[in-house]
Amino acid sequence: MVTQDGATVTARSIDATRDWLERNLHSTSIIETERFGFFYGREQALREVSLGIPIDGVTAIMGPSGCGKSTLLRAFNRMNELYPNTRAEGTIRFLGQDLLKADPVAVRRHIGMVFQRPNPFPKSIFDNIAYGPRVHGIRHRAHLAELVEESLRRAALWDEVKDHLKKSALSLSGGQQQRLGIARALAVRPTVLLMDEPCSALDPKATDRIETTTRELAQELTVVIVTHNLQQAGRISDHVAVLLAGGVLAEFGSTRTVFASPFSEQVADYLSGRFG
Amino acid sequence: MRRPARALRDDGTAGPPLDLRPIRKAGLRGLITILKERWDRPVFLALASVSLIALGLILFFIFREAAPILRETGLSGFFGTHWNPTGSPASYGALPMIAGSALVTVAALVLAIPLGFAAAAFIAEVAPRWMKDVAKSILELLAGVPSVIYGFFGLMIVAPAFQRAFGLSTGRTALTASVILGIMALPTIASLAEDALTAVPNSYREASMALGASRWQTIRRVTFPAAFSGLIGAAILGMGRAVGETMAVLMVAGNAPQITASLLRPVRTLTSAIALEMGETAMGSTHYHALFALGVVLLIIALVTNGLAEWFRGRLARKHGR
Repeated sequence: MVTQDGATVTARSIDATRDWLERNLHSTSIIETERFGFFYGREQALREVSLGIPIDGVTAIMGPSGCGKSTLLRAFNRMNELYPNTRAEGTIRFLGQDLLKADPVAVRRHIGMVFQRPNPFPKSIFDNIAYGPRVHGIRHRAHLAELVEESLRRAALWDEVKDHLKKSALSLSGGQQQRLGIARALAVRPTVLLMDEPCSALDPKATDRIETTTRELAQELTVVIVTHNLQQAGRISDHVAVLLAGGVLAEFGSTRTVFASPFSEQVADYLSGRFG
Repeated sequence: MRRPARALRDDGTAGPPLDLRPIRKAGLRGLITILKERWDRPVFLALASVSLIALGLILFFIFREAAPILRETGLSGFFGTHWNPTGSPASYGALPMIAGSALVTVAALVLAIPLGFAAAAFIAEVAPRWMKDVAKSILELLAGVPSVIYGFFGLMIVAPAFQRAFGLSTGRTALTASVILGIMALPTIASLAEDALTAVPNSYREASMALGASRWQTIRRVTFPAAFSGLIGAAILGMGRAVGETMAVLMVAGNAPQITASLLRPVRTLTSAIALEMGETAMGSTHYHALFALGVVLLIIALVTNGLAEWFRGRLARKHGR
């Protein structure tokens, strides 16, 4: 995690981070946005979004197509700015620090991401997982091997690939590739894991495995997941944010409450499957 | 007037309700219809054949004019170390020219590959949209300059500069030729390398950046390795460009047929030997056949480099499923 002076230290456990949050910020939100807005050129994708992502559990971001849910997720690790002509307004705080003024490379070290489509590098399984640690300067072979095994175990992929770590990652199935993506993100020991519709390209069985893995991971780190699958959000999330057209945050709360008695009528319509 | 195609059977007979047979009229009008519909294949075949036939004829004549050298000097004579067609006894060893071409080409590539790849990386990965367009049009402009202009530039600017800088008796050396050739191969290498980098899926870059890699780390560890075959292809095609260039090299290389590893001495390349000497030989003489044999060597190099480059570039395309 990032200390106040910006230096990086080895990852703390989620309990230590929670303690730190409560003691120093009197909060349980690891990421807090305040009137956050985002523009692609002249088009506004998000409007005055204010919410706090709780450190514990899985937070789902939902909403109809084009409501800006991926944009919000990608704002958390500053991936949006890889596109030209983007602009952000408002603030996002990560452990009390201004995320939008931080070094994006350092931010991404602590806030990992799993993409919508599996995107392994055209390298071996081992090299895919070891990529992050290597980029961050870890050279020692044994240490890398340890990180690779740990990450693959956490992503529930170790048993399937342990005997052919040298094989190309492209030879794995779609579901395996997606779990490889999770393992790859975990290998740099992030504090938060962002998942951008990680199951949208997978069959039900592979989806189930990812969901189980996600639930387990939420014991150790904060998970934020974008999904347009209502059942999935119901199954795996503890908190849910619902965005509506125009990038407006319509609802934010515990999944049970929001699903049972949504505050806004539009969200009720969305949740009952009337549009989306 | 064409009648509308009658697809549905309306005669009440048994059979499929939709008739998918081609609609054909009988007799001469039928034949004309067929010709109208089917004219494209033979015409395109003929047009495509023209270039194939031209290539075949070129190959045939060059090999035919070169073949007598085997009888006149033998293979060992042709691959000898001395080229002195007007001396007595005359010698027709091609090695000085092969070595000259190799030296100049390798040195040109040492210059052009790093510069070309760096330019490609800048254009494909770093530059904003408008700068990308400007840089690409500069490269195109560079590729479009006639080679005699490069030669002229080398002769008037680069050669005198090197002569002064290294205290040489002449500035027309292998080094001068390499520098000019390097500049000439640069646009080829840069634009093909840029194609190769652009073909790398964006998802690789995103995955790398999301892991906290810097832009430079992403280029070095992900984009370049993923584009490797295409980059090799670009380098090989740049090499082909350097090997085959004639006019600019002729003007600045000094043209002494000697085997040397020193870049500061004049060399004669395969291309400039042919261009320089063809006008002064008697048709059918040994010298004449020897020059055609140089052409065969050049042709083989060109075919091999092109074949290799295509193979590498094709491999890149297959790897990313395009």
